[in-house]
Amino acid sequence: MDTTTQDAGGKPGIKRSLTDRIFPSLSGTALAAIFIATLLFGFLILPVAKVIYVAFLDPNSGALTLQNFGDFFSSSLFRESFFNSFYVSAMSVVLASVFALPLAYITSRFEFSGAMLIQSLGFIPLIMPPFVGAIAMQLLFGRNGSINLLLAQYGINIPFMEGLNGVILVQSVHYFPFILINLSTSLRNIDRSMEESAQNLGAHGLRLFRRVVFPLAAPGYLAGASLVFIKVFDDLGTPLLLNVNNMLAPQAYLRISSIGISDPMGYVISFILVAFSVFSLWASFLLMRGKDYATTQKGGGGLSRRKLSTRENIGAYGIVIAILLLVLSPHIALGLLAFGTIWSYSPLPDGYTLENFNTMFGQSGQYIKNTLIYAGAAAFLDIVLATAIAYIVLRTKIVGRKWLDYMATAALAVPGVVLGIGYLRTFNDFEVPFVGKPLASWWVIIVVALMIRRLPYALRACTAALQQVSQSLEEAAENLGATRSRTIRKVVIPLMSGGILAGFVTSFATAAVELSATIMLVSSDSDAPLAYGIYLFMQTPSGRGAGAALGILAVVIVAAGTMLAQCIIDRERKARTGEH
Amino acid sequence: MTHIKSKSGISVRDLHLSFGSTKVLTGVNLEIEPGEFFAFLGPSGSGKSTLLRAIAGFGPQPQGQILVGDRNLAGLPPWERNVGMVFQSYALWPHMSVRKNVAFGLVEKKVPTRLIDEKVEAALSLVGLLDYAERMPSQLSGGQQQRVALARTIVTKPDVLLLDEPLSNLDASLRVQMRRELLALQRKLGLTTIFVTHDQEEANTTADRMAVLDQGVVQQVGSPQTLYDHPENLFVAGFLGTANILAGELVRSNGSTRLMLETGEQLPIDNEATGTGSLVLRPQNISLSENSEASELNGVVSHREFLGAQVRYLVDVANTQIVVDQSHAVDQPILDIGFRVGLVINSKSAVFLPRGQKQHAA
Repeated sequence: MDTTTQDAGGKPGIKRSLTDRIFPSLSGTALAAIFIATLLFGFLILPVAKVIYVAFLDPNSGALTLQNFGDFFSSSLFRESFFNSFYVSAMSVVLASVFALPLAYITSRFEFSGAMLIQSLGFIPLIMPPFVGAIAMQLLFGRNGSINLLLAQYGINIPFMEGLNGVILVQSVHYFPFILINLSTSLRNIDRSMEESAQNLGAHGLRLFRRVVFPLAAPGYLAGASLVFIKVFDDLGTPLLLNVNNMLAPQAYLRISSIGISDPMGYVISFILVAFSVFSLWASFLLMRGKDYATTQKGGGGLSRRKLSTRENIGAYGIVIAILLLVLSPHIALGLLAFGTIWSYSPLPDGYTLENFNTMFGQSGQYIKNTLIYAGAAAFLDIVLATAIAYIVLRTKIVGRKWLDYMATAALAVPGVVLGIGYLRTFNDFEVPFVGKPLASWWVIIVVALMIRRLPYALRACTAALQQVSQSLEEAAENLGATRSRTIRKVVIPLMSGGILAGFVTSFATAAVELSATIMLVSSDSDAPLAYGIYLFMQTPSGRGAGAALGILAVVIVAAGTMLAQCIIDRERKARTGEH
Repeated sequence: MTHIKSKSGISVRDLHLSFGSTKVLTGVNLEIEPGEFFAFLGPSGSGKSTLLRAIAGFGPQPQGQILVGDRNLAGLPPWERNVGMVFQSYALWPHMSVRKNVAFGLVEKKVPTRLIDEKVEAALSLVGLLDYAERMPSQLSGGQQQRVALARTIVTKPDVLLLDEPLSNLDASLRVQMRRELLALQRKLGLTTIFVTHDQEEANTTADRMAVLDQGVVQQVGSPQTLYDHPENLFVAGFLGTANILAGELVRSNGSTRLMLETGEQLPIDNEATGTGSLVLRPQNISLSENSEASELNGVVSHREFLGAQVRYLVDVANTQIVVDQSHAVDQPILDIGFRVGLVINSKSAVFLPRGQKQHAA
């Protein structure tokens, strides 16, 4: 341990670097830590603190007050929005669980040949931004959508998409993989001996499931469920596109965009959103503490799987295909919309064409270009920051280094709307030199917002990558005379490259379809990214086809990114295990 | 609680088991006496754990019979066998306290709640962990987890106790202590026990009798001493302790027997047998003399290892290398490499295995 932590000051006999000479008491890593801390403070902590502060400020006198909260709860619209947001989030968790539980259970408990189908198709919803599928879902499930048109022959009309129902359906279809992934992982991590010892002591069937299997898998389920809850609670794009405005995030957006950044209600809502996010994360942390139940032993693994009889197999396939059809319906509908001519009051489009793509490419060149620039720049900055943070946290003894990690990860608890509002409020008066614009309306602020929002993803990838680099490899380099910075450049970063690349791709792909923060910060159409373009297209019925085509492009970008990241990770893993 | 006194022995009759098309156990026959401490010993992949799991009802369905007492277990699910098993990983449930872990089997057996507490506490005090009842498994050391796993099993009064490599997850010093405790507990309870291990020292020090397995076949059954002194085949001879195995032909002439080695040397052997086969010669049954001229057999020291109580020499005799252990006394000099020595064989302790009595193959 001690040998790797010689800090600051430089070692005798080795030429001191420039920074060492200027700041003799600070090493390069300490300077980097200070720089990153400043950056995170300026663009994450400060704007959010500002939002919270303003929520408690009397707009006229500037004095601290609780009056804004009184106003908020005395308004029936806001009370309703608050209740709706809560209701939609909770119901989305319930519905997402209904989708995820059977899939996770069937794949982990039985020898089911459709497991691969679930593994690959079950995660597809995540690669589509939820708001993209929202309009398409209207056309399938709406009052005059395909399903209800078909059901109308029997006099039935199911209000799948009416008001809040639509938001719940779209959100749960989109976010259920979070529960599926976490729950499947938990189930897979239960060692066979956990189950066998219970059988040996007389338990089987449902009792075995209730007393042993479920409690062991519960932490994974809760992790997934709390994630779904927060994501739905904070989401702006889906309710906005479905024109459901009586929820918290859309209200915040509408207040700020229509009344202006001095209206206190936007801030009160932001405070509530942040408080709920933090509370959910904290609650799930408390529930999970000391419950790392991964019990798999070396060699062994997973619960024993039972063979299904032919009839059970047909039943299982029936359930799986029904669920998969439902959760893939946004993609199907989006495809129909993008390739269809006119689709209105009929189960399927009247005809098929590529015209929408022509229109889309003709009108959205700017959006696509902006997206590539914004997401590319944000993802690049993310991996630079994430690599540095990971190194500082795992390999140095700098005081307070853990806080860098906490601060960067805290971005997860900050809804995009809130960050957007924070930037508007904080940087509106900050004139950028030579640009002649306030920082809040300069396009670079969008890059910064995306960077902050996606930093936790990149950080997780880089931390995992660095954890796999054995410290002895660095010690060997230092033993052979390499300085700290050369060791980092020549040994650490090359060995981390796979993880860094995966972090870049993940950040890029998800930043490319971000809507909630960017919608607040786009000051002119020429600065708008792709996600905002889809939003604009979808505002008019005639633009829907082209909007859907742009949506397809977004899906392709995210899908390609996800696959690429997965390939990189797999290749790394293979290379690593191949060495042994 | 402290007197289970198992009346059930275990009989395994003509057991065959395959994973798909791979045969894992072939024609296994065993009779384990009531109250016996019996070991399955073998290298990894020998089928010993598979056999144990088959008795508990885990893994693929075998052909043949498994009887506990006079109850045939074939076809019974694990939860109806009343066969207690302690898993290699202990398999304590991390979401339950020690008390709940131990109570688990009693709850499944619908024992009244009042009695459960009593029995759990009796079992925990039997393994010396009464004070740990409210802890979570993650707060216990490996040895303590092992004891909880034992308590959890014996509290349900199983007919027999199966231990799957119970000591392999403990560190070396604890292992010796635990195996003594395990044996003491088994004696106290009088519970028929099968102990699976790949470590011959563990088997030798605990088992009344043991079965040596290789490639899914029982090679030999007997007490540790019998198996060591009178191995029935080359596998058992080589697996238990160190042995020089010299292939050749026993020839009688002039009233004495000599072993004509395949490499050309001859050894005088005190043995009635004749024919081709292998001579099993333990290193401690050969002594070295510094006067090589007087010995019938001599060679050159090519390697030596000082082990404390003894010195192990490798002696090159023509093309054969022979391992010889010499006990060591204080300040006794150690022979140098390259030294020419005579070998004196205590041929009474040598075992001759005629060809054809090789390992039992599947």
